[in-house]
Formats: sequence, C-alpha cells, structure tokens
Amino acid sequence: MSTSTENGTIEAPRQSFGGVQARSGATLNAPRIAIRNLDFFYGENRALKGIDFDIPDRQVTGMIGPSGCGKSTLLRVLNRMYSLYPGQRATGEVMLDGQNVIAPDADLNALRAKIGMVFQKPTPFPMTIYENIAFGVRLHEKMSKSQMDERVEWALSRAAIWDEVKDRLDSSALGLSGGQQQRLCIARTIAVRPEVILFDEPTSALDPISTLKIEELIDELKRDFTIVIVTHNMQQAARCADQVAFFYLGELIEVAPAAQMFTAPKHPKTQEYITGRFG
Amino acid sequence: MPTEHIVRSYDEDLRRLRDMTARMGGLAERQVADATRALVRRDTALASEVVQRDVQIDQLEREIEAFCVRLIALRQPMAQDLRVIIGAMKASNDLERIGDYARNAAKRAIVLASLPSIGSLAGFERMAQLVQENLKAAMDAFVANDAEAARRVWEADEPVDAIYNGIFRELLTFMMEDPRNITAATHMLFIAKNLERIGDHTTNIAERIHYAVLGDSLPDDRPKADESAFAVVRPAGE
Repeated sequence: MSTSTENGTIEAPRQSFGGVQARSGATLNAPRIAIRNLDFFYGENRALKGIDFDIPDRQVTGMIGPSGCGKSTLLRVLNRMYSLYPGQRATGEVMLDGQNVIAPDADLNALRAKIGMVFQKPTPFPMTIYENIAFGVRLHEKMSKSQMDERVEWALSRAAIWDEVKDRLDSSALGLSGGQQQRLCIARTIAVRPEVILFDEPTSALDPISTLKIEELIDELKRDFTIVIVTHNMQQAARCADQVAFFYLGELIEVAPAAQMFTAPKHPKTQEYITGRFG
Repeated sequence: MPTEHIVRSYDEDLRRLRDMTARMGGLAERQVADATRALVRRDTALASEVVQRDVQIDQLEREIEAFCVRLIALRQPMAQDLRVIIGAMKASNDLERIGDYARNAAKRAIVLASLPSIGSLAGFERMAQLVQENLKAAMDAFVANDAEAARRVWEADEPVDAIYNGIFRELLTFMMEDPRNITAATHMLFIAKNLERIGDHTTNIAERIHYAVLGDSLPDDRPKADESAFAVVRPAGE
C-alpha cells in the first residue's frame, strides 16, 4: 500500500473492511500514519498498551473512550508533545512518511510543522489576528510581506473565518468570540501547511452553532489534511469521522469505519460504551 | 444486553417499546387465528369482530412509530439500541400489514358463509396454523432478543408456500369443473394469498430481529416455494 505524494494527486489504494463502507459511502484510504506496538509510560504507569492501527490519509479518525482511557495521551504521542516532560516515554513505532516519529533522533521542529494541533480551549496569542497567523509561519519559512498577506488570507479563508475578520486583522484576537477564536486557532494551525491536524476535543468549550461550524470545517479540511480528533461527543464522532477507534484503560479495544462502529460494533465493551451503559 | 444504561429512564423506554411491539404482535396473531376460525366455522359474527378489531392494530402502529421518533430525537440511540428501535418501527409496519390481511380474510369469510361450500378447508387450517406458529415464534424471538430463533422462523416459511401452491391448484380445478364455483373459489384464493403474504411479512420481522440482535443481515435469498405463478402455464425461460 502506497502513501500519497506531496501534492496529493494520486488516488491512494482503498482499504476495504469486509464490505462495510466508511462515512459518505467511501471506503478507508491508505494509511498515512502507521502505529505499531506502541506503549507509553508516565513514569512507571503504562498509559498505552500495545496500540496497533493505521490512520488513513486525508480522512478523519475519531478517538473515543471514557476519561483516562489514553486517547489524549495518544494524541500527545503523535506530535511528541510528551518530550517536553521528563519521565514520559514511548516505545514502539509511529511511522509518518517513512520516519518513526517517536525515535529519539526525530527532528522535532520538522515534525511539529508536519503535525498541527488544536486544543480543547481556544488558545489565541495576545496579539492581533494577523500576527496570530503570521507568527508560526515565520518560524518555519522566510517570505515577503505580500506573500505573508496571501498566506494569512489563505489560512483564514480555509478556516472559514476570513469574511468575519478581514476588516479587523489588526485588532486583538482576544476580542473574538469563542467559536471565532477556535477557528482562528485552526487557521493558525493550517497556516504552516501541516499534513496532519490533531484536534483535542475542539468543540467542548463551544456553543452548538460554533460546534457545527467547526464540524463543517473539519469535513472541508479533510480534502487536504489527515485529521485525528479526540471527542467525548459520540454523535460528533459519528458525524465527523470516517474511522473510529475506541480506547479503554490504555488499550485499543476496537477500530472500525464509523458507520460500522455506531450501528454494529463488534466488541461488547464498545457496544456498552457507545450506547451509554458505562463511561 | 449485559448491563443497564446509565440513564435509567432510557432502559424503561426501551422496555416499553418492546412491550408495545409484543402487544401488537399478540393482537395480530389473534386476528389471524380468529379470521381462520371464522372461515372454517362459517362464523360471520366472529369475522365481523376481526374486521372491527383491526383499528386497534392500526392505532398501535401509530403509537409505536411516534414513540420511536421520540426515542431517536431524545436519546440519539447508537449500536444495538438503534437497531432495536429501527427494528421495532419496521416490524410494526409488517404487523400492521398482517392485520390488514387478516381483516381482508375475515371480510371474505363473511361472503363465503353465504355461498355453498366447495372443497375442504383443511389446507387453509394447516396453512393458518403454520403462519400463526411462525408469527408467534417471531414475536417470542423479538422479546427474547434471540437471533437464532429469528433465523429458524425465517427458514420456516417454505412449507407455507408449498401449501399455498396446493390450494391454488385445487381451486383452479374446482373452477374448471363448474363455473358456478368461481365466486367462492376466487374469494378463497384471495384468502390463501393473504395467509401466504402474512407468512412473508413474518419472515420480514424475523430479518429485523436478526439484524437488531447481531447487526448483520440474513442473506437475500430466502428459501421459497411459491410456484403458483406458473401453475398453469410456464413461460419459456422461467
């Protein structure tokens, strides 16, 4: 199975799951990230146990499970955020573009440019809207003012917030509503043109309309980006995700196309969790 | 299901849905039984009762549908819960049709009671008995969440088709012998067809149960033996 080229023009081979189709009738794409036998430790505590699955290219993978099941930990492993903390370590393989993300010699700066992250609470910098976007881009690329203007407009447009902020790019980002701040953070993330975007409960602090806008945006972004989303909202996972992974006590219990996961999960534990019998 | 929902009223809702569907199934069984008894005994009073009772089934179907819509809106059911709710909703459609067929058979039984009897009704009794047994087994499988029992019901419709073919041929013979038999024989043909359709709807219900319990569908090809379409002339290529 091949991964895609940089400009994403080739059709990746399709992975079939026994005739069950992913969301919107499509099957799952070829893997973009391959996780193999991944263990993660907070000191002595083994928080992820032998995780093994693929994240398909330019589709949405939802990760669900009760609090403390390891889903957010896995998200933090994917962009090596845990490296900031002593005593936390991962073993196994997380292969992205032929490179093991968790190998000690992996280039963290290059990795973080490839894998963007959006957090639960909007985290705009206390700067102008324009600078919020430009700041990260400058760290990775040198470009002229007009090129930067273009990039800022592109990122804000892709994040579906351009029309709302184009006349006040020089005002503080802190003056935006919660939903707008979150879309600004998404714009900031995509401005450095990553390949993978990680969303950690991106809508749990938002009102229903802002939530739907973010979901709509995720649906749009997956044409160009591989997306992983952690969510506590089962309906959201059902709406957004093509593939869903269910975690429990640090183990991956079941991974399947979303349509199968929410209509006919195979594992009894998945069944109990998604029907609201524990969690 | 192994454990209960965190929200207890959700469990109560699902139990109530099961009860309503089981009640509707019981009512449909009784309608089929009474319609057949009315036919065999030429009991027009009983047949009229069957005709009047059909509104109760229709009413239950509307109640079940409204209840399912409410459940879906309020609980946003997933996985087996979702399958059970959709299964109950679709099964109630099948039961409603079964009720209609029983009512239609009862109406014809009233007409037949005023005509001279032709032939034996043993085939009808046998067919009605099979159909009722299957319907009862299907509803038991629904209440017990038993996919294997549902599969047995689904497979057990073939003999119903076989008896129907026999009745079809027999009535055809009566009509050919004496055109004065045509009125009664036609009504009887429709009753036989009604019973045969009740059998088909019962297999639909069995399919819903199988899906609700296991999440996968029974195969497309059900064992069938209805050959009455070719009883007199078989077109080339069939």
